[in-house]
Amino acid sequence: MNKVLTTPISDAAIEQLTVGEVVFLDGTLVTCRDVGHRRLVELGMELPVDLRGGAILHAGPIVADRGGRFEMVSIGPTTSMRMEKFEREFIARTGVKLIVGKGGMGPETVEACRRHKAVHAIFPGGCAVVAAQQVQEIERVEWRDLGMPEALWVSRVSQFGPLIVSIDAKGNNLVDSNKALFNARKAAIVEEIGRQVRFIK
Amino acid sequence: MTIQREAQAMTDTMARFTAFVGRELPDDVLTQLGRLRQVEDGPLPRVLYDSMFKNLELAHELSRPCCQDTGALQFFVRAGARFPLLGQLRPILTEAVREATRAAPLRHNAVETFDEKNTGTNTGTRLPWIDWDIVSDDASVEIDVYMAGGGCSLPGAAKVLMPGEGYEGVVKFVFDVITSYGVNACPPLLVGVGISTAVETAALLSKRAILRPIGTRHPNPRAAEMERLLEEGLNALGLGPQGLTGKASVMGVHIESSARHPSTIGVGVSTGCWAHRRGTIRFDENLRHQILTHHGVTL
Repeated sequence: MNKVLTTPISDAAIEQLTVGEVVFLDGTLVTCRDVGHRRLVELGMELPVDLRGGAILHAGPIVADRGGRFEMVSIGPTTSMRMEKFEREFIARTGVKLIVGKGGMGPETVEACRRHKAVHAIFPGGCAVVAAQQVQEIERVEWRDLGMPEALWVSRVSQFGPLIVSIDAKGNNLVDSNKALFNARKAAIVEEIGRQVRFIK
Repeated sequence: MTIQREAQAMTDTMARFTAFVGRELPDDVLTQLGRLRQVEDGPLPRVLYDSMFKNLELAHELSRPCCQDTGALQFFVRAGARFPLLGQLRPILTEAVREATRAAPLRHNAVETFDEKNTGTNTGTRLPWIDWDIVSDDASVEIDVYMAGGGCSLPGAAKVLMPGEGYEGVVKFVFDVITSYGVNACPPLLVGVGISTAVETAALLSKRAILRPIGTRHPNPRAAEMERLLEEGLNALGLGPQGLTGKASVMGVHIESSARHPSTIGVGVSTGCWAHRRGTIRFDENLRHQILTHHGVTL
């Protein structure tokens, strides 16, 4: 059985999650990336979508306009680290509970997730058609003046995932600990190969 | 056919082929991903590989680009000096990109530098990027189409080492790149290493290295051995699919090299993501084409 989060997501549901766990999302998912974050945090603009208990996706989709009805063609996650600069305040201001993207995020997001009970999760990169097929309907779009990739696309999703929890509300950061593991393994391997490639004599 | 009609026909074929490359991975990549999928037995890598293969099936079924980031288009051309449309190749490839962008559709990924305006056509100043190799005494042309997203372009790095650092320095450089930015570049990666005199020559060779079919080896036995050692070593890091840990890290490591200045070791690293969208097509002097990277395909 898949573990499913449903919006609005409660603090209790968030507190049960641990890094490395796989979950799926039912409910509302809103795309929000670089400029959306900047408008709220730096320009002090009010977000036109209520994100309390909600979920955002770091992504710039390809959307087709079928005579007034929008169709999600392709929606893959983008590098979450670009939003690190804004995410702490974004979480505090909006009350968002689930942030989905690609790759890890940094210490400020970890701190905000701990304090405000939120998680960051990874959707597999390069799986844009899978994601698009899990969007049941695009309900509306806000901030269209930002263009297709940066606009806030409000979608109803079903079994959206797999989402791998990468930052939980207990202060764990999966990608950081993975990187530490890779770096710990690196030195001995590099030295061993180095011994075998001494071609300059 | 007149030259104009021939050029139009080649443009249409290249537009269809470019869109096709955005949807379907080449045979060697599919085979290698299938092999790596078998190696992974952890629950998380399995979930990830299931999504990746499901995505490829859906992209095929729905005829959509398999990844939303369809790159800033690059062509690597090996043109016979007697190929009849040699002089028209740049306009042909540029027009093919415009057409593929509309038809596929491809994401708009051409931003004019300094103006910071997206052209909306995937063409612009020096874009599509074309790399030329002229083959004397030949009348055909072979063209590699390459589509890389921002994620796997980001790790690209080049540096000039002092000879004292030796090939050991090259190994360290490769590992540093892969354990930092490589983790986020959608592993399992295809890693290209260029070894030459300067940054730009090493960087170009590193890109050409990932255009080689997976599993081919550098003709020099030492270089081939170094490819094998780097492959084993990077796999021992255990990046796994998406960098979320697992048994393998790379689809392969390819080295390309040139003779070089005795005072320098230029090293470049390029990475291709798991969705390594590369296609090679050959046109003979009568403009009949053959696709070399994808078996049994008609455009």
